[in-house]
Amino acid sequence: MIDIKDISKSFGKLSVLRGIDLNLNRGQCVALIGPNGCGKTTLIKIILSMVMADKGEVIINGQLITKGIAYKKMIGYMPQIGRYPQNMTIGQIIEMVQSIRNTSENLDLSLFHSFGMDGLLDKKMGTLSGGTMQKVSAVLAFMFNPPILILDEPTAGLDPISAEILKEKIIAERNNGKLIIITSHLLSELDNMVSEIIFMQEGKVAFHQSVDKLKSSTGSMNISEAILSILKSKVNE
Amino acid sequence: MNRILKYILLDILKNKFVIAYTIMLAVIGWSSFTLEDNSAKGILTLLNLILLTVPLVSILFAAIYIYNSAEFIELLISHPIKRKDIWLSLFGGLAGSMVLAFILGAGIPLLIYSDFSQSVLMLAIGIIITVIFVALAMLCTIIYKDKAKGIGLTIILWIYFALLFDGILLFLMFQFSDYPIEKPMVALTALSPIDLSRILMLLQLDSAALLGYTGAIFNEFFGNTKGMIISFMLLLGWIVLPLIISLKKFNRKDL
Repeated sequence: MIDIKDISKSFGKLSVLRGIDLNLNRGQCVALIGPNGCGKTTLIKIILSMVMADKGEVIINGQLITKGIAYKKMIGYMPQIGRYPQNMTIGQIIEMVQSIRNTSENLDLSLFHSFGMDGLLDKKMGTLSGGTMQKVSAVLAFMFNPPILILDEPTAGLDPISAEILKEKIIAERNNGKLIIITSHLLSELDNMVSEIIFMQEGKVAFHQSVDKLKSSTGSMNISEAILSILKSKVNE
Repeated sequence: MNRILKYILLDILKNKFVIAYTIMLAVIGWSSFTLEDNSAKGILTLLNLILLTVPLVSILFAAIYIYNSAEFIELLISHPIKRKDIWLSLFGGLAGSMVLAFILGAGIPLLIYSDFSQSVLMLAIGIIITVIFVALAMLCTIIYKDKAKGIGLTIILWIYFALLFDGILLFLMFQFSDYPIEKPMVALTALSPIDLSRILMLLQLDSAALLGYTGAIFNEFFGNTKGMIISFMLLLGWIVLPLIISLKKFNRKDL
């Protein structure tokens, strides 16, 4: 579904991505992890064409992303920090995105209802807490039933109950056969949710494996243990 | 494009700063005309105040708004909408709301107290100056990703156009006063939209006589229809050029 071929990007002298090759398919829930500054966010931004790659190409459903914006209809994106114009209301933001996407049918408002946001439609964005803004971002990402979901630190800033609601939603969408890409630093919350792990380091893919394989090859019970043991063995080499 | 323009416009119009700006312009407008005993003096006072404040407020507000919208712009880009449409909608929203504030604030006293043709010219100048400085702000924000640097640049631009440029002109006039420099001076004014507007307006007022021989040269050039059209084209160029450059840069920009 997403084909990433030899993507490189540098900002000035700093090379952030050095030849990334990835192939991601529907039904997968991929965790993109790695130390700070390893290029996770840049890779996501290249997929969304917020950042232009220096080299390489990204093909989504057979369509080169540099060839037009239509492919973005297939993507729902939840940013790490959502900041919206102060005087827009939640209702206006939803309405606006709806008019950009030009659809009114098949809207998935289940997150909107389970977050209990029905009474907040007239609230201005400037008066909302950080957590509520994250909820707005999550609702917008899932609302149009996109086959690809890109979630940047989705549960950071959410209260435990809302985080749980979001995690359940992510699992449900994965079981619906969608491709979900998550970046997170909280390895513990990725258990049960993700099916594949991509570990990035210094602008390269250090490893890309399914969670089951990872656990069995390292003999660990959960993702964080498995990753720690891999990192330790790399240090020892 | 109008798919998001409406929402951006509504957001800016509800901004407290824009409301305060409208009130400030209204206070300046009404007091200029009620404090001076004749409307010609009033419009002169208003002209000077407008040429000082309108550019500053327009360029600063627009730059700050764009910087504060960084995450919002990213969010829009993740949706199927062209970068060009996002940038032009931001420009349209900012220019539209600042122009509306100007018309509501300064336009009403102008139309009530002053001669109709003079107030229409004054309004046109105010509107064009507003849009020019919004366009310049968009250029500044695209040149520097860093907010402090970008806003610094907008202030430097304002100081240059509103204060320094006059000084440079005066300096040149004194230095080269032995030479026939009146005609080059006409060409030089094209380099500053504020000076261009000031001369355009002054020539419509009786006080143009104060400009002396230079005034006569200016009058010869700007006073007729052809000169007026050329100067308005120049002013439009001050809108189009920064906007197109910023749009081209925005299309390729890494966010």
